[in-house]
Amino acid sequence: MRATRKLANFLRPYRLWVILAPLMMALEVAMDLMQPRLMQRIIDQGIATNDLDVVLRTGGLMVVLALIGMAGGMLCGIFAIRAAQGFGADLRGTLFGKVQQLSFSNLDRLETGGLVTRLTNDVTQLTDVVAMLLRIMVRAPLLLVGSLVMAVLTSPQLALLFLALIPVIVVAIALIFRRAYPLFKKVQERLDRINGVMQENLAGVRVVKAFARRDHEIGRFGRVNDALRDANMEAIRVVVIVMPIMMLTVNAGLVAALWFGGVKVEQGDLHVGQLIAFINYLLQSLFALLMVSMLVIRFSRAEASAERVQEILHSTPDIAPAASPATAFAPQGRVAFDHVSFRYGHDTDPVLRDVSFVAEPGSVVAILGATGSGKSTLVGLIPRFYDVTEGRVLIDGVDVRDLEETTLRSTVAIALQESVLFSGTIRDNIRYGRPEATDAEVIAAATMAQAHPFICDLPDGYDAKVGQRGVNLSGGQKQRIAIARALIMRAPVLILDDSTSAVDVATERRIQEALATVEQTCIIVAQRISAVVGADTILVLDDGRIIAHGTHAELMETSPVYRDIYESQMESGAVVYGTA
Amino acid sequence: MAQHRGGGPGARFTGEKVRAKNTRQTLRRLWGYLRQQRAGLIATALLVAASTLFMLAGPYLMGRAIDDYIIPGDLPGLARIAALMLIVYLAAAALTWLQAYIMAGVAQRTVHHLRRDLFTKLQSLPLRFFDQRPHGDTMSRLTNDVENINQVLTEGTTQIVSGVLTAVGVIILMLALEPLLAIVTLATTIALTFGLNRFVGSRTREGFRAQQKNLGTLNGIIEETVTGQRVVKAYHQEPRVLADFAAANAELRAAATRAQTFAGLVGPMMNFVGNLSLAIVAGVGGWMVVDGRTTIGVIASFISYTRQFGRPLNEIANLYNQLQSALAGAERVFEMLDEQPEIDAPETSTPPALRGDVRFTDVSFSYDGTVPVLKHVDLHAAPGQLVALVGPTGAGKTTIINLLTRFYEIDAGTITIDGVDLRDMRKDDLRRQLGMVLQDTFLFAGTVMENIRYGRLDATDEEVHAAAGLANADAFIRRLPDGYATELAERGGNFSQGQRQLLAIARAVLADPRILILDEATSSVDTRTEKHIQEAMLRLMEGRTSFVIAHRLSTIRGADQILVINHGEVVERGTHASLLEEDGFYARLYASQFKGDDELAREEERAQIEEQELLAARED
Repeated sequence: MRATRKLANFLRPYRLWVILAPLMMALEVAMDLMQPRLMQRIIDQGIATNDLDVVLRTGGLMVVLALIGMAGGMLCGIFAIRAAQGFGADLRGTLFGKVQQLSFSNLDRLETGGLVTRLTNDVTQLTDVVAMLLRIMVRAPLLLVGSLVMAVLTSPQLALLFLALIPVIVVAIALIFRRAYPLFKKVQERLDRINGVMQENLAGVRVVKAFARRDHEIGRFGRVNDALRDANMEAIRVVVIVMPIMMLTVNAGLVAALWFGGVKVEQGDLHVGQLIAFINYLLQSLFALLMVSMLVIRFSRAEASAERVQEILHSTPDIAPAASPATAFAPQGRVAFDHVSFRYGHDTDPVLRDVSFVAEPGSVVAILGATGSGKSTLVGLIPRFYDVTEGRVLIDGVDVRDLEETTLRSTVAIALQESVLFSGTIRDNIRYGRPEATDAEVIAAATMAQAHPFICDLPDGYDAKVGQRGVNLSGGQKQRIAIARALIMRAPVLILDDSTSAVDVATERRIQEALATVEQTCIIVAQRISAVVGADTILVLDDGRIIAHGTHAELMETSPVYRDIYESQMESGAVVYGTA
Repeated sequence: MAQHRGGGPGARFTGEKVRAKNTRQTLRRLWGYLRQQRAGLIATALLVAASTLFMLAGPYLMGRAIDDYIIPGDLPGLARIAALMLIVYLAAAALTWLQAYIMAGVAQRTVHHLRRDLFTKLQSLPLRFFDQRPHGDTMSRLTNDVENINQVLTEGTTQIVSGVLTAVGVIILMLALEPLLAIVTLATTIALTFGLNRFVGSRTREGFRAQQKNLGTLNGIIEETVTGQRVVKAYHQEPRVLADFAAANAELRAAATRAQTFAGLVGPMMNFVGNLSLAIVAGVGGWMVVDGRTTIGVIASFISYTRQFGRPLNEIANLYNQLQSALAGAERVFEMLDEQPEIDAPETSTPPALRGDVRFTDVSFSYDGTVPVLKHVDLHAAPGQLVALVGPTGAGKTTIINLLTRFYEIDAGTITIDGVDLRDMRKDDLRRQLGMVLQDTFLFAGTVMENIRYGRLDATDEEVHAAAGLANADAFIRRLPDGYATELAERGGNFSQGQRQLLAIARAVLADPRILILDEATSSVDTRTEKHIQEAMLRLMEGRTSFVIAHRLSTIRGADQILVINHGEVVERGTHASLLEEDGFYARLYASQFKGDDELAREEERAQIEEQELLAARED
């Protein structure tokens, strides 16, 4: 229960409820325990002496005590649920906050399906167990201790039986817990996989339908579904043995008590009444133990969830915040790469090798290169999506690792290769990075990104709703909104990571022309020569190295690779679909 | 992000009146699933009955042991009956374990079927459904809601059965013992139980509906944020995302607190009912004894029976919480199962092999019923022809493809292939003969090999290699650390966009379709690679009807037909030459592109002149 205990800190703000709930429960238990004594009085004093008055008065008192007990129980429930739900919401919030802190490389490793399960299902398991704990925690031990004490008082010798029974029960619980907990962990992992397949099918629904792969996907889901069922069955079949073991142990104790008690009665050491009372207490302790066993089942499951939750809480962002952030940083937008090398993992091939270049403020630097040559990786180092393996990335002479995250993000605006939009209006999406932007600024940015005309054609214009991930927009439209989203940031450094690939050439040209007028430093990753021809500097990247740089004219002369690319895009070199 | 969640698809539940009929219907449908496990259920019920009997036998034997053996001091007899009791308890424990063991299977299989049906249903739903529903909410139904049902089935069913059996047994025994006292006690207990449940029940159900709905919404936010996490980080919007999340989280917390608070009241209430009936037995019974109507022994038995009656009531009350949230979950699950599936033609015995004669006649279409996206489109592609669709972004090119693949249903007009209306064709039969490389390349988590094989599942490794070779992907795949066995992260996140496009092309190549559709298939591939792919595509297109959407007009000059689309209409059609001659929209589009290339040419010239000047200067 180590992982679960560590999460107890999340209960701290609800200390009051955590203390009050068991107290209220104690009230209910106390009232419950009074009932048999009152009944005793009705029988011994009322009925035995034919005193109807005592019968009715005591009966009335019983009702009053029952009402008080109910009030205590209800309050306990209310307090326990407040504490548990507060705990759950805080835990969820903290987890989500943690996910927000994670770096790109952390995110590369985490799977969306698993993350979603941990934030909902796992947290729910833990919340339930807290609510249950607060309600039973006092009831079960109180009953157990109470009946133990009474048993000892009734017959100290017979009470020695407990010494034999308790170790059996403790060992059984511990063994089952140890076995069940990893099984429940497996259950949660398989739930992740269900979530994962489901999530892929939702996101890739077009591909599934396009290839008519319904049956294939149903089969794939069937396998993870089978796996989850089997894991669940295995885990549950282990824990359900707890209850019969408890029952058997206590009942065996009962038979033993009957035998030894019988012998003692025969010897005259014990009254029959005492024996019956002892057996009653033994049975009462069984009831308490059954409650404990329910808790054990829940706990073994919660422990698995707690560990998974801890995994997120303890993951450290790969990108360390600046130790001594540069103060008074007024960026001009001069970006410099100083012998930068980069690899994604320790044992993988470097993606960038010894890259050095400078982008002067206000200039346009274009990066050209083959698929997988490292272009996106290169620009991703500027906003510190990843940290360099060797060398330095500098903005106005300051290492990006020495900049506060907020400063860095407001210095660099990037339109990513994949134009992910969020549900909301077009306006919300454009001013995503700067919610305070005015409508005029939104329109200005959209106009520069050549998005204004098509937005105006939409029935609700800028208030048109963007469906999930922008399903109702074409690829080129999404890209243009993503560019507007970057432009509105007015960051000194603007990066467009191949963000006009789905835009038609005429529109792309207009975007390029608009970009040429801005005072920002522009770094453009592109596939088409037409997109880079006007750049102040063009870097040709090949297998992570800059193999040539210069203006279009210079490169045409000096770089055979560049010329080759150029020719492949020219009318003469292009392969033409069709034969007509 | 997700600022308008409140009005999301789940919103239509609010305001809905809580009707008991819903609950009854939900229960009946759940029973429909449970019924499939009849054998297991019957076995469990029998075992529960047997173990309940054994458990009742225990106290009886104990009474006999005390009365017949301990009091008379018959130790050998006591040994015999003690042995018998051990056997009885052993049997009871074994039966209890067995029933739980079997029930675990029943519950898991039931939930497994629910999940299976839900997923199968999803596969049959139209794209519109996926466009409109937050994915996270759909996922929540499959996991969180089904999980609620799972828990109540696993933990609750045997308890309910044994509870009901015990209660019935106790009622019979009480009635046999002293009818008047039994009626007074049971009437109050049962009336109170039902009354309180009525009071709490509707509130709890409502609360749990709200809880599950909010959980779905929260799931939606988590899912959308996590998939768009890179954008969130790039724009430093973590604080806002956190605020949105906090709001939804607080709503969930409030809904859950409300629901569970009401549900939590049931336990103490039932405890009270139990204590009250004790008081009634003691009070009324006491009066009856005083009045000479009954004996103390009967009262003592009644007290222990009342306790026994109280225990199952208590258990069921504790289950109440889970039961309500399971019902709320089940409602959401069944709601999804009731969604209208995609319209499809009935299964034909032999799917026709298409020749690829595609005809659009007067086709109009709108995604949302208000904004027309295509207006009266006519199109005819003869078998083997290459049709190019050009036009500005958002003109409706991709929509034409979406209709040809029947991702969406047309509003007016007809689409036929080989003279057969698309609506009379099985979607699977149709799509199996279409090869598509879509604008958004989507890859699955899994190996490179598996992803390419998605195009044709029975393809051999050699065929996969050949397809990758044709798509020019083989070279880069072989350079990967594990080659074809390299694992792709979710959605191929560890590959560049260009590499993903190459894999998607290889996947389509492997499918070997009759009709080929390339929607901006090579937009993120560098131009030299694109050239190689296009060469391969040319080979692939031979003899197949092909539709190509490309922004670089130079690549489609050779098309048999070029359709120029603007604002959802075909504004021009013809071959490259005839369209240039027409000197209309296409000619302008083409010129604007090649103006750029002309400029490049001029710059090249200029550079050459400069070079010559430089050389000349050096010679001087």
